[in-house]
Amino acid sequence: MKSVINIRDLSLEEIDELIQTALDIIDDPAAYARSCLGRILATLFFEPSTRTRLSFESAMYGLGGNVISVAGADSSSAAKGESIADTAKTVSCYADIMAMRHPKEGAALVAANNASIPVINAGDGGHYHPTQTLTDLLTIWREKGRFTGLTVGLCGDLKFGRTVHSLITALSCYSGIRFYLISPEELKLPSYVKKDVLHSGGIPYVQTTSMEIALPELDILYMTRVQRERFFNEEDYLRLKDSYILTPERLKKAKPDMSIMHPLPRVNEISVAVDADPRACYFKQVLNGKYIRMALILKLLQEAGTL
Amino acid sequence: MNIDSIQNGIVIDHITPGKGMRLYDLLNLDKLDASVAIIKKVTSNKMGRKDIIKIDATIPVDLAVIGYVDPGATVNIIRDGQLISKQNIDMPSELVNVVKCKNPRCITSTEQELPHIFRLTDPVNKVYRCVYCETQGSR
Repeated sequence: MKSVINIRDLSLEEIDELIQTALDIIDDPAAYARSCLGRILATLFFEPSTRTRLSFESAMYGLGGNVISVAGADSSSAAKGESIADTAKTVSCYADIMAMRHPKEGAALVAANNASIPVINAGDGGHYHPTQTLTDLLTIWREKGRFTGLTVGLCGDLKFGRTVHSLITALSCYSGIRFYLISPEELKLPSYVKKDVLHSGGIPYVQTTSMEIALPELDILYMTRVQRERFFNEEDYLRLKDSYILTPERLKKAKPDMSIMHPLPRVNEISVAVDADPRACYFKQVLNGKYIRMALILKLLQEAGTL
Repeated sequence: MNIDSIQNGIVIDHITPGKGMRLYDLLNLDKLDASVAIIKKVTSNKMGRKDIIKIDATIPVDLAVIGYVDPGATVNIIRDGQLISKQNIDMPSELVNVVKCKNPRCITSTEQELPHIFRLTDPVNKVYRCVYCETQGSR
């Protein structure tokens, strides 16, 4: 049973195939509107989410399927102390595929090890969020038309930002990729990501605390939010949350065709005034998220023999 | 210093100096109802210094634990005062319930029944990572 817990669960060929399917869906959504008729997606979100949960649900409805959902640990048996393994076995009886978000790292892997249906990791704490990465890749493809030869700046919380870790892992598979890692000292990219992905792959990168140094070089600027929920200490959060704010003034230093991405939600790290800039593509990213999830649900159900 | 030879038991030899106690702990030798000698920093022709553990009982020893903590160690089985086998230890590819993940964000911190599994991800640098959260195991 194929599940997607980590972006590395998908080969480059499979990622290309998913992007192609998503592009086909964008071209002709009506052709896919009954693809999952009679199939059920269960969304289990033990941590708050707007975009990810709604995009999974919207994706399944877009394929003609149905959705059952649990939103919040308080409204499920998890509140009674049910284990993830038991939850996964139970949900397998009701649905054909499940998407799960959980605050603990590794939770989706535990679910996949115990479920008899495909499991999609919709975020496990600060760890992995593969469908956000697929969303980001589809967006980069639609904006740039390629994955090779790009200089990508990642800015903000690179320590706890799961989307950043997954995106670095995915893009590192392509040639000519360079990274600028822009963060305060306390939120630098974890050494294991640098070592296992960047160093082992010989990927060039610059680590800096200055957005100004990086901006003129970038083809893509990927902004992230400093996440309150990842801090044990409120003081640290308050001290770091305003480290980088992207404004129209700062953007004057950037290339005219640089793409500005953000996994959302934003707090204040991108000024609302930037939304009108043609380089801003974070709301296009949201829409792309729905299409790529449609492609992923289709693929996993087909591979499970459910379609 | 004199430590008597054992007649029937196990000698874990060529332990990197200082790792003897860690092995003693992880092999749960404190719970063993038999004599155990930990000999620390003895002179060794091959290693300069080494630790040795002598166990005066024939018990199953978890070779994965030894391979994880100190893959250079050897395990000698003694029967009737004679060395009957000498085994070099390889690093295990996976460890189950040997060390605990210390990451408070890991799913193992709340799901008590889950096995703590670490996998060898970098054989050159002897790095093991938790399969759930990828935190590095402490050796």
